[in-house]
Amino acid sequence: MPNVISTDICIVGAGPVGLFAVFEAGLLKLRCHVVDALAQPGGQLTEIYPKKPIYDIPGFPEVLAGDLVDNLMKQIEPFHPTFTMGERVERFAKLDDGTFQLYTTDGTEIQCKAVAIAGGLGSFEPRKPAVENLERFEGGKGVHYMVRDPERFRGKKIVIAGGGDSALDWTNFLANVASEVTLVHRGTTFRGAADSAEKVQKLHEAGKIKLVLSSNVTHLHGNGHLQEVTITGNDGVAETVPLDAFVPLFGLTPKLGPIGEWGLGLENDAVKVNTLDYSTSTPGVFAIGDINTYPGKLKLILCGFHEAALMCQGAFKYIYPDKKYTLKYTTVNGVPTL
Amino acid sequence: MENDIRIYVEEAPGQRRELEAPTDMGLSLMELLKANDYPIQAACGGMALCATCHVEVLAGPALPEPQDAELDMLETLPHVYEGSRLSCQIRLHPHTDGLVVRIAG
Repeated sequence: MPNVISTDICIVGAGPVGLFAVFEAGLLKLRCHVVDALAQPGGQLTEIYPKKPIYDIPGFPEVLAGDLVDNLMKQIEPFHPTFTMGERVERFAKLDDGTFQLYTTDGTEIQCKAVAIAGGLGSFEPRKPAVENLERFEGGKGVHYMVRDPERFRGKKIVIAGGGDSALDWTNFLANVASEVTLVHRGTTFRGAADSAEKVQKLHEAGKIKLVLSSNVTHLHGNGHLQEVTITGNDGVAETVPLDAFVPLFGLTPKLGPIGEWGLGLENDAVKVNTLDYSTSTPGVFAIGDINTYPGKLKLILCGFHEAALMCQGAFKYIYPDKKYTLKYTTVNGVPTL
Repeated sequence: MENDIRIYVEEAPGQRRELEAPTDMGLSLMELLKANDYPIQAACGGMALCATCHVEVLAGPALPEPQDAELDMLETLPHVYEGSRLSCQIRLHPHTDGLVVRIAG
């Protein structure tokens, strides 16, 4: 049975703007469900720069990005939003009654009355090396861009590529799990955490892993499932290595992803909106924050907060076209609970 | 303007677009490229934390050596070039006049 969730607004994106939209929706007594491809809320604030100070949030002369996310999470607590984390919304369907059904990569179905896209720069996806045939071996056929379950590699021959912290960390961890680990790095040194690099070096010297420096994985081979990779040195010398899994670990990079295929008006990879309520070309679907574009757009968190407030008014009117809405101030009414 | 310099972006082999850039605004090359609608995401806002403003310097004046934070990020990329830099770490300055870069993605 697929996991089915029913809510008023589905917010696609758990970055600061998506989280604040939960608050604004809550003031209007609208329930929210939030979906994000990342495992934790906060979007790029959490993923890229949690320790970076931000100076242009009203009322905070200085706030660390991670602390801002923590505060936003606390601020929305009274509204009891629900979350689907680590899943990307793949597609949505608008039903005849004007409601929506959204479907995630993992089969979760969300039924909602309005959709608010707060996807930032898109979903964070693994940065892929330019290796021919890479896509052919994705989806359980030998190429893994992240290690979700290390046990999957127990007793297997794996080749890890990369020179950053995750490549070093997983090499060290999987050395005790896999039957054979080869780490391929295009450079000669590692600039990741010094102790991780040292551990890799020691494992190599002890013969527990293979370390191939100044080289890249250049070709993948296999019939249905990945069976061999070619590793080519910067000097042009190539060798073929048999394996069960290839794990390229080059970090994450934001991509617009499936949102670009939802039939919404786009301009330069951003969703065009009406600034009256940040509605898109599809009634009932709104876009706020860095993902939208309009004349005069500023990609600032505080602008996204403003957009979230106006968007919720628009969503309320879409969901309840016959209800009269009266603006209420939290100074007068406090924060209502759902 | 007398403070302006010229930066060239190689959009295709042999095809260079000239950008005029002020040097009195404290801009980085990343900001100049974004302002000219190049597909630079700069997800981290210029902190050398995301590598989404990667460029290849093809020619022009010598630039200051990259600092550790920039080298750390370049290290994580699957492909780099001899002239790979993070454009957020290159300050526009009279000394950068005539720089030629390519968006490396």
